[in-house]
Amino acid sequence: MDSSEKGSLAQVKHVVLVLSGKGGVGKSTITTELALALVHAGKKVGILDVDLCGPSIPRMLSVGKPEVHQCDAGWVPVYADPQQKLAIMSIGFLLEDSDEAVIWRGPKKTALIGQFVSDVAWGELDILLVDTPPGTSDEHLAVLENLRKHRVDGAVLVTTPQAVSTGDVRREITFCKKTAVKILGIVENMSGFVCPHCSECSNVFSKGGGEELAKLTGSVFLGSVPLDPLLTATLEEGRDFLQAFPESSTYTAISQIVNTVLSSLDA
Amino acid sequence: MADVPNDAPEHCPGTSSDQAGKSSACQGCPNQNICASGAAKAPDPAIEEIRQKLTSVKHKILVLSGKGGVGKSTFSAHLSHALASDDSKEIALLDVDICGPSIPKIMGLEGEQVHQSGSGWSPVYVEDNLAVMSIGFLLSSPDDAVIWRGPKKNGMIKQFLRDVDWGEVDYLIVDTPPGTSDEHLSIVQYLSGAGIDGAVIITTPQEVSLQDVRKEIRFCKKVKIPVIGVIENMSGFVCPKCKNTSQIFPPTTGGAQRMCEELNLPLLGRVPLDPRIGRSCDEGRSFLTEVPDSPAAVAYQNIFPNSKLSHYSKNSLC
Repeated sequence: MDSSEKGSLAQVKHVVLVLSGKGGVGKSTITTELALALVHAGKKVGILDVDLCGPSIPRMLSVGKPEVHQCDAGWVPVYADPQQKLAIMSIGFLLEDSDEAVIWRGPKKTALIGQFVSDVAWGELDILLVDTPPGTSDEHLAVLENLRKHRVDGAVLVTTPQAVSTGDVRREITFCKKTAVKILGIVENMSGFVCPHCSECSNVFSKGGGEELAKLTGSVFLGSVPLDPLLTATLEEGRDFLQAFPESSTYTAISQIVNTVLSSLDA
Repeated sequence: MADVPNDAPEHCPGTSSDQAGKSSACQGCPNQNICASGAAKAPDPAIEEIRQKLTSVKHKILVLSGKGGVGKSTFSAHLSHALASDDSKEIALLDVDICGPSIPKIMGLEGEQVHQSGSGWSPVYVEDNLAVMSIGFLLSSPDDAVIWRGPKKNGMIKQFLRDVDWGEVDYLIVDTPPGTSDEHLSIVQYLSGAGIDGAVIITTPQEVSLQDVRKEIRFCKKVKIPVIGVIENMSGFVCPKCKNTSQIFPPTTGGAQRMCEELNLPLLGRVPLDPRIGRSCDEGRSFLTEVPDSPAAVAYQNIFPNSKLSHYSKNSLC
């Protein structure tokens, strides 16, 4: 396959999807933290945000409402940093009014995602992370169809510990098996909350479900990330949590996950 | 014609779509000429069928959020339980989250199957006066994935509204997936004859949630669904040991309160985080009865009789 067939992803070494059957488990959070950790590790990273109805990535990386420009090679992604180590594309950049609702049925969503994959001039990237909405529907199928020409290294699945979440993620695992997407591993997010006043750990959303799910399905368990108000606060403000709180156990958890994912990509 | 006819190709845009008969996927489809001529876009007769079917349903309330994981299904389930605690009322709970149906688990109905009779599909009864329908009941295994594009999801929602034998119902609560897409448009479209009383919007306090919820509120305005009010879920966590409150999902932009002030909407209530809620949901039990003294249960009880939701009931709801 020559590089002209691959199109705008020709210089992207690895593509990793971030999936969950369940909403609100932290897909965008984990995508953002993985991206920042990879940039700190010296990688050139891209984030493709295909959550068209609820795009969270622009706020989490504090990129506001820049204009999206065209060049000869296609749409120029928005860079989160002056060194251009972190490139992003999201529908959030294309809306004039950030409260505007994107009320689109499947075929229209499919068409835009096709453009995001094929027409964005990503340039040279070590890894492109694809943040997705919950479910197993148009967006997910559209991403995979358009990435067919390019290798998809695999998917990171995010869950919270409780059964209501793992119940949906099991279906996402089936989706991956049916669409031949390798599961790089499962992350259990919101895994315990340590009270900042007395250090008592509370299992707000139960415990252990992610690890059990990994065992049940024969998947790699990438690790647990605790419920950390400092993480939610820095994401709200679009700040880099890893730079702000490198001593935290959350930082350690995220770093371990990144290392495991990188090893499986290089393997 | 069905939204996606049986003989349609894989990428059929749907017979009611603007692209019907015209998209590249339509090449070779036996229905292409019908669709291209616009004959398939006549008002869907199902809308009138549903209107007639639902004349026995007094009130229809949607539970919406732009954001995933804020507690829509938890709220829908517990609102249904609370309404059904009045034995004189008949309550129905419809789960239109096709890809991620949580209602069967939360209602303790996993593994139940739906039966067909001459009068249609029978919903699953969790109490004598509380009926539930979800795609979860049509799946044979907890690992089954519903990998459907929009048009097929729309067809399922049409069937849920037209073919389920709900009977006489005081309240039909509709739990939805996050977003503003096929499922939401279809529910609004198919209920356009029967009418929707209004929507309850669920959010968590942080801006990452509110920014999606504002879009949902815009959606409601566009399709003319009255917003009954907003509930702020996961609003603070009281440590069981030291009793101090932490804001795990901090209201950095003023939370639901400021959003409601700006948009002139009622804030129906705030529900704190309680680990026992998640546990009850996982076990399929109502936390209103399991832990009635928990701050979260108390918050829920306060929402029902004091809020606009009580407008829809002559008696106090709980």
